Amino acid sequence: MDYYNLLTTCAFIHLLVSIPYAYSNYVENKAGQFFSSGHTNNWAVLVCTSRFWFNYRHVANTLSVYRSVKRLGIPDSHIVLMLADDMACNYRNPKPATVFSHKNMELNVYGDDVEVDYRGYEVTVENFLRVLTGRLPPSTPRSKRLLSDDRSNILIYLTGHGGNGFLKFQDSEEISNMELADAFEQMWQKRRYNELLFIIDTCQGASMYERFYSPNLMALASSQVGEDSLSHQPDLAIGVHLMDKYTFYLLEFLEEVHPASQANMNDLFKVCPQSQCVSTPGHRTDLFQRNPGSVLITDFFGSVRKVEITKDTINLTSSLKPLIQRSGSGDMQIESLTYVDQLPVAEIIHQNAIQGLSYSIMTEGTPVNF
Amino acid sequence: DSDPVGFDSLDLNERRGRSTDAELDRRDGTRTSEALTPAAAARDEFQEELVIRPLHSGDIYASFQFRTLWDTDFLQEGQKVSHYRLFPKSLGQVLSKFSVRELHISFTQGFWRTMQWGQPFIPSPPGAELWVWFHDTVSDVDGNWKELTNVLSGIFCASLNFIDLTNTVQPSASFKPLGLGNATDHRFLRYATLPREIVCTENLTPWKKLLPCGSKAGLAVLLKSEKLFHSSFHSQAVHIRPVCQDEQCTSKAWELRQTLNVVFDLYTAGQGKKEWSLFKMFSRTLTEACPLATSSKVYVDITDNPELFELSPATPLLSQAVVLGDRRTYSVYDLSRAETFGQLRSLNLLLRWKGDGEMLRPLLHAERYVAGFGLQTGEIHTVIYNNHPYRAFPVLLMDSVPWYLQLYIHTLTVTSKSRDNKPSYIHYQPAKDRHRPHLLEMLIQLPPHSMTEVTVQFERALLKWTEYTPDPNHGFYVGSSVVSALVPSMVAMNTNFTQDQPLFSSFVPVKEESSYFVRVYTEPLLVNLPTPDFSMPYNVICLTCTVVAVGYGSFYNLLTRTFQVDEPSLPLAKRLANLIRRIRGVPLLT
Repeated sequence: MDYYNLLTTCAFIHLLVSIPYAYSNYVENKAGQFFSSGHTNNWAVLVCTSRFWFNYRHVANTLSVYRSVKRLGIPDSHIVLMLADDMACNYRNPKPATVFSHKNMELNVYGDDVEVDYRGYEVTVENFLRVLTGRLPPSTPRSKRLLSDDRSNILIYLTGHGGNGFLKFQDSEEISNMELADAFEQMWQKRRYNELLFIIDTCQGASMYERFYSPNLMALASSQVGEDSLSHQPDLAIGVHLMDKYTFYLLEFLEEVHPASQANMNDLFKVCPQSQCVSTPGHRTDLFQRNPGSVLITDFFGSVRKVEITKDTINLTSSLKPLIQRSGSGDMQIESLTYVDQLPVAEIIHQNAIQGLSYSIMTEGTPVNF
Repeated sequence: DSDPVGFDSLDLNERRGRSTDAELDRRDGTRTSEALTPAAAARDEFQEELVIRPLHSGDIYASFQFRTLWDTDFLQEGQKVSHYRLFPKSLGQVLSKFSVRELHISFTQGFWRTMQWGQPFIPSPPGAELWVWFHDTVSDVDGNWKELTNVLSGIFCASLNFIDLTNTVQPSASFKPLGLGNATDHRFLRYATLPREIVCTENLTPWKKLLPCGSKAGLAVLLKSEKLFHSSFHSQAVHIRPVCQDEQCTSKAWELRQTLNVVFDLYTAGQGKKEWSLFKMFSRTLTEACPLATSSKVYVDITDNPELFELSPATPLLSQAVVLGDRRTYSVYDLSRAETFGQLRSLNLLLRWKGDGEMLRPLLHAERYVAGFGLQTGEIHTVIYNNHPYRAFPVLLMDSVPWYLQLYIHTLTVTSKSRDNKPSYIHYQPAKDRHRPHLLEMLIQLPPHSMTEVTVQFERALLKWTEYTPDPNHGFYVGSSVVSALVPSMVAMNTNFTQDQPLFSSFVPVKEESSYFVRVYTEPLLVNLPTPDFSMPYNVICLTCTVVAVGYGSFYNLLTRTFQVDEPSLPLAKRLANLIRRIRGVPLLT
């Protein structure tokens, strides 16, 4: 009996001791998970490659992903949005400055605060690859550059018309899956991403990620090779199909996600099964190092920043210089300034005589005589 | 409560500074900082106004002007402007980096119908237009121009980077500076238009972010894109120029004007009823003035009141201004006074039509169209109307035609009243294929009450197949012609430059009382160039490969194939039987 009592008390004490230990382990695991993704900033490159009014749904696709990504925290300065044609202010749009995703005009994905970086004829294969690899002309403004570093998680979304191994840009050129894979390899070698999520919504979309060979890439496509991705629903007032099925259900899924959500990639793979999408969405995770079940949606779609709280104090030195007197201040100027005559007729006619001489030297051939 | 504007201005500064901040900060190693004294901070001021002008066709014209005046000098050597308050930092840095003396950029959707609507306060051509005067210290104007267009394309989210030497011209007599200046050497002027450029919310968003109050307070709360783009005409522009600081004009200040002109159509936005209100036009009403503005006013043109329409709520403030050669009366609503908003604390103006009236014909009007048939030749006709009954005046016509329409200048004719009218000044710069467009400037004297027609024939070029746009069957655009004129005024114009003038009447500097300066833009042209069938390379490859495979392949086979008799293989049973037969010496089975 005594021995039995001793055993139970020992077991009980052991249990009591191990509970806080198990709890701290759990906390550590949670904290470890929090820091496990290894990225410090998020970028998104969203591309719509189709032109013409009847491809309204591709612009609506891209804008709905843009809207979700902005809502979850990625700022405009970290989003490169490329739209090959203008649907919102198109003359055929019965409701200008709007792009709807749901019929009966329920949701305007264009919104009031949109910044398109590449639009119209600028959306070409060359510009897309230059944005990805960073080889842009020196005068390109910041908003048109993908300034990612080796701790950036990048989301790349492409939509348009595609086929087995290619994606069509603006009905005049194509990008092949090999080119895309090489571009990602360039990005990896230049350390331009930490992890990359590639989503494509076109016909035979899975063919575009078949050739990837760089590490840390995860890819999703709306249909397998040999299958077509279908559009969702037309709106009779606007007259065209509003969204593609895969992106429609993706948008529905993303509307449930909020910045603190714990939804992971496995939930994203389940979006739009064949019963809803008619085509079979595919995904590829073999190049990705982490387990997709531990990758949060907000790692790519949101901009969740890791914050380290420090208790050290930092001294900020103020660099106040004395007020610099302006050289040549106003009261020294004596000459009064005047406005220029907008149409000085006499001066222009007089200019003709001088112009005539210099003009005949400039152009080869006989000067114009009137 | 805590100052809401202070917090917002931090936010706005961050947004405004993002585009060019890092590039310039990296270049500038030493940063001089000035202690901000109260005197320095008060030297910039902001004014906003809205002018509503009912048009005789039942449409309504609203013109917003936001002006920031800053007593500083961006172009002074050794002095870097680093503290910005009301003036947007992104534009200020652009001015100092590229030594810009004057910058005018406009984005327009729609065409201004002069005959139906009269003259606009600030004219603009369809598409995007950019003209810049550089400072005379700049050594490489073309390089600065190229970089400036790229930076502006990032700031305004427009594809202004398509502006290059093939569509830039240097006008020699048009586009004189609208700001202060003595010398006007046209080597420092660059002008370009992109007629294809669209305007949409993505251009309005950064434009609104340049305003000191953003779109949160003051008149800018009315700028909702869903209503603004559902209109017949929408134009937003930014004009930066140096102006006189005071009447003596001893020192200069920099002025930034952001203007937005919109014409709402009676049938699409007005639902057919000749009754307009602020809520019907903008789906918003005014609740307060911008706290950072020194003046915030709404003017309603009531010159045709009371016979034509009635205005409510009534206001005791009236103002008269001479604008566009005419004396107009305006009802003024001063938003900085609390009683303007009434008991409901919101101002919703209501205009109700009572009758129809006759519109005064505009004195100057221009049209342009392409004549001819086929895809080889054509003729450009520009028609300019002078509707003044007895006064003749000169106009300066500037045409910039892309190189792929090859103009034959020997066919240029200018006729007025079916008689030849010789221009007193012509400047023509011929195009160079793929390098430079045509530039034609002429000073033409228009006889009174007449129509002047300028015609020139052209031939269409065949482009290289990589030079076609992805949708070449849409056609190619030719930018609007610009007609600049000093039109005789019916009333004496005000030559005094005072600070109290309303903004809409003080845009163009007036030199003499008897005439006012006006700029009229014609329609842009859409021409079809001979377009190849782009599916032909694919067709040719298929056809050629088929012909080669069938023709050459058969021929090769005929020459190199030899025929042999082939023994068919027998089934197993027959083979065993044949073996036995061979042993026996009997003929074999087949």
